[in-house]
Amino acid sequence: MTLETATRPDFGAEPETERRKPRRRTRMHDTGFDRVFMAAVYILLTTFLLIVLVPLINILASSFSSPAAVSGGRVFLWPVDFTLRGYQAVLDNSAILTGFGNSLFYVAAGTLVSLALTVMIAYPLSRSDLVGRRVLTGGVLFTMLFSGGLIPTYMVVQSLGMLDTRWAMIIPGALGAWQVLIAATYFRSSIPGELYEAAQLDGASDLRFLWSVVLPLSKPLLAVIALMYGVGQWNQYFSALIYLRDEDLYPLQLVLRNILVLNNNAGGSDLTNLLERKQLADLMKYSLIVVSTVPVMLVYPFVARHFTKGVMIGSVKG
Amino acid sequence: MSRRRSLERSLRRHWQLYVLLILPVAYLVIFEYIPMANNVIAFKEYNVVAGIWGSPWVGLENFERFFANPVAWDLINNTLMLSLYGFLAGFPIPIILALALNEVRLRFFKRTVQLVTYAPHFLSTVIVVSMIILIFSPRIGFMADVLGFFGMPTNLLADPDSFRHVYVWSDVWQTAGYSAIIFMAALAGIDPSLYEAARLDGANRLQKIWHIDLPGIAPTVVVVMILSVGSIMAIGFEKAFLLQNPLNLSQAEIIATYTYKIGLLSADFSLATAIGLFNSVINLILLLAVNTVSKRVTGNGLW
Repeated sequence: MTLETATRPDFGAEPETERRKPRRRTRMHDTGFDRVFMAAVYILLTTFLLIVLVPLINILASSFSSPAAVSGGRVFLWPVDFTLRGYQAVLDNSAILTGFGNSLFYVAAGTLVSLALTVMIAYPLSRSDLVGRRVLTGGVLFTMLFSGGLIPTYMVVQSLGMLDTRWAMIIPGALGAWQVLIAATYFRSSIPGELYEAAQLDGASDLRFLWSVVLPLSKPLLAVIALMYGVGQWNQYFSALIYLRDEDLYPLQLVLRNILVLNNNAGGSDLTNLLERKQLADLMKYSLIVVSTVPVMLVYPFVARHFTKGVMIGSVKG
Repeated sequence: MSRRRSLERSLRRHWQLYVLLILPVAYLVIFEYIPMANNVIAFKEYNVVAGIWGSPWVGLENFERFFANPVAWDLINNTLMLSLYGFLAGFPIPIILALALNEVRLRFFKRTVQLVTYAPHFLSTVIVVSMIILIFSPRIGFMADVLGFFGMPTNLLADPDSFRHVYVWSDVWQTAGYSAIIFMAALAGIDPSLYEAARLDGANRLQKIWHIDLPGIAPTVVVVMILSVGSIMAIGFEKAFLLQNPLNLSQAEIIATYTYKIGLLSADFSLATAIGLFNSVINLILLLAVNTVSKRVTGNGLW
């Protein structure tokens, strides 16, 4: 029941008839005040749209401009002296490529581990016949209210020998309390009880039922949760900052921090001219921002739709 | 007695469910509950050789050490000011956006605004901070020109007093569109017959928003508000740490970044844990207090 209502506002998916009627009605009844009010609404939203859009376009336009134009601050919303040199500099940088590869691995492995753990706890929690369900739910909820903190967690990771290994990027933080609650609510509310009874009559085991009935019926949920974990893993740098020393293990975000925020970047090494090198280093930052955002933005329309659902499943109290 | 028998029967019939639970429960114990227990070193003088349980107890000495340092009050002040400011700016804007979007009937416009304003939510903190640094750079960024036009200081990132504005408004830039989703969902759930009645009464749009939309989303607003207040002291490490530089540190140092520096850079585990524990406890108290007040006043709460 919940998902039906929850997905409705998802990018205006309402039936056509419902949409048409109020428009005609409101237009007929629009008073002078309403017309002024609607103008204000459109101005407000357009302003917000531009505030979000202009910085993004500025970065994109700069990334295609010439090093001198970028360094001189001459680019606003359209590339000046179009070149691809920024992108070439990005591809020539081996640390970025290593980081890109590492991040892809961390996202793939981390999402898989997180998804498996989440299903393994959320499905039993969704079953009313599980003994100890309330205690376990409480145990998950409490981690949302109170956490061990930085150093106490670090000490656990250290004592497990995970420091400076790929495990440190995948295992700590693998299970999100929020995702567990969303998944348990979904399993409870959208898997019909009759299916379970039928499976019981056929003598199917719990695992068998989970694998062949529950999971195939929960594909939208699994997609939402996988995306939450995947995007979170791709975007975070904190675990890497505290757990990793070996630069060969760095995820992309930490490499980006070194280049973009700490300015540890020589620019093109083949350039002897100091000024040119500095200009190329400036330009490369813009191209790097674009390149590192592309994987997320490629899946973005798909991601946004599902995230919208996720927010709403989460907002339906279970 | 009967409880025990039901457990036995449940275990025999549904043992597979309990097997499934082994790994996640082990995870929760190892990575959530053992760290909570490790907090005892806040009351000890931790040294690596003696280990967590072997190190000598020192009572509240670590907390006293923290509060004896004048930096402590700056940290608490910075943390509170930053999150309060963030809350005051970041809380109403998504609601206003959702109410405005809800009025729009032009489908194309509505979808465009949604698609564009959700996008920054998916950018990483490193990317957003890099964009801030580039766009506000006095040498190459276009915002420096804009600020100069309005007679404001052009090098915002070197100015301690501007740190909070940069932090908070870039957060609004990144999250306002996405945060509006939950209110859009609440608005979509309002009974259409209420609008019908308002129309017959000759209500204008503003009256409709005031008397139908706002009461309709009030429960959602309360829940979101409790969650935001509950995380007031839990302000994130990632962004503040990246935006810090030696020039703005007097305002940009918050509890989370200070804990990291004391704990991992200076390797004073006990002091860092004490500061972190202080932070978590205040946070928990805030959350419980807001929830209680909200339940009494509005009847809505988290549990």
